[in-house]
Amino acid sequence: MTAALTTRSLRAKSLSARVRPFLLGIVSVVLLAVIWELYKFLGPADGFSIGKLRVLPRTTDLAMPHVWDMVERLGGPLTGASNAIPLWLAVLQAAAMSLGIAAIGWTIGLVVGFTLAVLMQRFRIAESAVLPLVILSQTVPLIALAPVVRVWGSRLEFGSFEWESWMSVAVIASYLAFFPIAVGALRGLQSPDLIHEELMRSYAAGWWQTLIRLRLPASVPYLLPALGLGAANAVIGTVVAEVSTGLSGGIGRMILDFANFASSDPAKPWAPIFGAILLGLVAAGLVSLLGLALGRYRRAEVNR
Amino acid sequence: MTHTPHTTVETSSPATSVAVDVRNVSRIFEGKKSSITALDGIDLTIQAGEFVSLIGPSGCGKSTLLRLIADLDQPTAGDIHVFGMPAAKARIQQKYGIAFQQAGLLPWRTVAGNIALPLELHKAPKAVASARVDELIELVGLGEFASSYPDQLSGGMQQRVAIARSLAEKPDLLLMDEPFGALDEMTRERMQAELLRIAAESGAAVVFVTHSIPEAVFLSDRVVVMSPRPGRITGIVPVALSRAATTNAEALREQSDFFAAVTAVREELHGVPAAPTARGVDLR
Repeated sequence: MTAALTTRSLRAKSLSARVRPFLLGIVSVVLLAVIWELYKFLGPADGFSIGKLRVLPRTTDLAMPHVWDMVERLGGPLTGASNAIPLWLAVLQAAAMSLGIAAIGWTIGLVVGFTLAVLMQRFRIAESAVLPLVILSQTVPLIALAPVVRVWGSRLEFGSFEWESWMSVAVIASYLAFFPIAVGALRGLQSPDLIHEELMRSYAAGWWQTLIRLRLPASVPYLLPALGLGAANAVIGTVVAEVSTGLSGGIGRMILDFANFASSDPAKPWAPIFGAILLGLVAAGLVSLLGLALGRYRRAEVNR
Repeated sequence: MTHTPHTTVETSSPATSVAVDVRNVSRIFEGKKSSITALDGIDLTIQAGEFVSLIGPSGCGKSTLLRLIADLDQPTAGDIHVFGMPAAKARIQQKYGIAFQQAGLLPWRTVAGNIALPLELHKAPKAVASARVDELIELVGLGEFASSYPDQLSGGMQQRVAIARSLAEKPDLLLMDEPFGALDEMTRERMQAELLRIAAESGAAVVFVTHSIPEAVFLSDRVVVMSPRPGRITGIVPVALSRAATTNAEALREQSDFFAAVTAVREELHGVPAAPTARGVDLR
């Protein structure tokens, strides 16, 4: 019996086990850079085409700048002006703005998605009525949605409140974010075993008490991956919506603007792309911090 | 019945001296093509403080009967009263504690947190609740494990937590659906002895579903033998073990009375010519 008592805690991992994911992450980035350079060195300058379809990219400095050139360019100035800030700072600022909008979009998505999930759990009829609509909602192209949101938003007026274009972006981001959260939360809320539901019934616990004491905690293992997906969707939604609503200042618009420099300054367009990747990593990292905080709810119930 | 002092004490208030009263109850599960009669014409009265086992082969409706008493399911016909009130009302007033074959602990709560769950749900004052939890943890002998999580416990320990949880609100009726079914034989015998002690100390009536004849005989004042398709009570075997004569559970299991009762239950189980083999019954 005592063998089963070894304290297995999510936090009580050895140091090496904690450091390993970070090391692996760095190794994979280095590996990617090596593959990039290797292909650039070995690949044909004009790429490789079957008929008119190019199946391998060109390896010229224009199409594939050296890794060190791209890194070096990040350290350089944003523009040719004498008082220009460094490019990396401009990228970070743009990424920070996009992260803020994505975070707001994610939060709206969380509230909406969770509310929908609770409603669908509570009323079976709501599940059969709402779930198809939720899925259908995701088939509407973002590009089509963006102008609609912007126009509707600009008509909103109460008191001194004024719809700003970043709000449109946040709403579009939330539109992408709520979907995985709603679906994941619904699965989680429905996940308690029959025995637990009957136990709550034997305690004469009402719907609300059962939700708080049983369904919410039980939903955590399903909710966390959904929140991660939601965060990724919010970031993508923000970047795309910045482009399609024409909001400047964020990373999406920067990607579009810098594309113009593809021939004159080929390393520059890569900078906001790195920024977008960083944005995604930070968003995913923040959600996994949430997972650490909720570790207690992720314990598997073994040998019941 | 020497280990049930409360039967005699509580006869002074006749309204509550009957713990469970099942009157002509049947339960039919309607399927799309056919319906299954899980229980048919069940009559059973269980006195306060009495330990009654329900035994029978798989599909005889013993678990269904327990669930009906617990108001986790409703009878198709007939009435069930628990301490003089309809089963639904008894459930809402928390007249019983229940334990299932699976411990059913909440994995994110510690041992203490799991036992405290019913107390929290019914808004017991914090100090009262924590005192009661400490008491129960001692009762089931898990003193060192109060802050352990269920996945750190063996199956037997989890089951003890579940039993402690079922006792949290000092119910006068314990409903147990094969609570020791998943345990190994040694753990099982120890848990049986502990359950007898706990039941005697609390004076609660116990309805105990099992498919083990020795378990039923060892624990019970009466063994209710059931048969399947349709689920009926075929006989009730009173068990009169001289428990007072020995405090040693081992010795009790070796009494001739014990074997006589085991034989009686076994004959009752196999006695119906229509059902010569009682499959699913543990004849150990």
